[in-house]
Amino acid sequence: MEDSLFAPGHRACAGCGMPTAIKLVLDAAGPNTIVASPTGCLEVTSTPFPESSWRVPWIHSLFENAAAVASGVEVALKRFKRTDTNVLVIGGDGSTFDIGFGAISGMFDRGHRITYVCYDNEAYMNTGVQRSASTPFCAKTTTTPTGKMSLGNPRPKKDMAAIAVAHGVPYVATASIAYPVDLRRKVKMSLSADGPAYIQVNAPCITGWSFGEGDAIEQSRLAVETCLLPLIEYVDGVLVGVKKVRRKRPVEDYLKTQGRYKHLFKAEGGAEVLAKIQAMADANAAKFGLLD
Amino acid sequence: MTRCQVRMVVEPGSTEITKTGAWRTFVPIFDHDKCIKCSLCEIYCPESCIHQIEGNFVPDLDYCKGCSLCAHECPRGAITMILEEK
Repeated sequence: MEDSLFAPGHRACAGCGMPTAIKLVLDAAGPNTIVASPTGCLEVTSTPFPESSWRVPWIHSLFENAAAVASGVEVALKRFKRTDTNVLVIGGDGSTFDIGFGAISGMFDRGHRITYVCYDNEAYMNTGVQRSASTPFCAKTTTTPTGKMSLGNPRPKKDMAAIAVAHGVPYVATASIAYPVDLRRKVKMSLSADGPAYIQVNAPCITGWSFGEGDAIEQSRLAVETCLLPLIEYVDGVLVGVKKVRRKRPVEDYLKTQGRYKHLFKAEGGAEVLAKIQAMADANAAKFGLLD
Repeated sequence: MTRCQVRMVVEPGSTEITKTGAWRTFVPIFDHDKCIKCSLCEIYCPESCIHQIEGNFVPDLDYCKGCSLCAHECPRGAITMILEEK
């Protein structure tokens, strides 16, 4: 059988959701692909010098400029008339939502034919679970600790997909590692788009979210089934695809299995927060028509 | 003048020299009779180390970190994790 384009032997934690996401994305993109990655778990675990897990050309420069590096690659390929080569950026949520945001905005604006894939593990996991703009409401991180004065992250998650849509990006989608067929299809769709594309893949982090061993896929599935993670697809700014949720589950099913939400079930005021998170899920379901 | 040369380009897929199987505590045991060949274990495996060999799915224990993701996702419960004695 054919070897995966993402080789084994990488140093990601046992049970991490991210390598599955990368494997599926590369699977869909195929070998004729150039990948640029910003700093993050992926860069650190896949390229411990002098080794590399990548079986496609891969480049890393800085935390903030992967989108700019990929823009250069794309322009060079265009100059040499090698337009059949796919250009991908695969980065984490820290570099996508916070640090590399300016370069991404520039990439979208200039209209490069690049697919930007964000594997979203909802905090800076590589450096020890610091809050990012992607961290959901009231999740515990090391920079938003819980206690008498705090119930975790005070801000809701930034809606990066909506920001990409607002840039006029031709293809924007959210995906989950629990739905591999959907994810692969979305990557293929994005590569045929005439211009930039943005795909955000939910990839649970076993150490940062602190859930049980072997539960990464189940966590991502629960996020979809509770409507906290709507799987949506925009083509030219129009919502064309929504993954319907057959049986909507209460958000507690998702939150109670994770250590980062443990305080909500004990601390004073936790019940109100749970009601707020449930309201967010209900709002998602209503906004995107997730339920039949 | 001496120039310091650092090889910044490394071989593709070269992490294969690192056998992450040494991380493992629990080892997946596959029951090939229960298996319905849905290939979900192969698709989900974060190490890309489950391969279909002569029809059966087999983990490459050189790289399997024993994360038990395959055992949790198997729809038939054909994979069980047992404590590995080394």
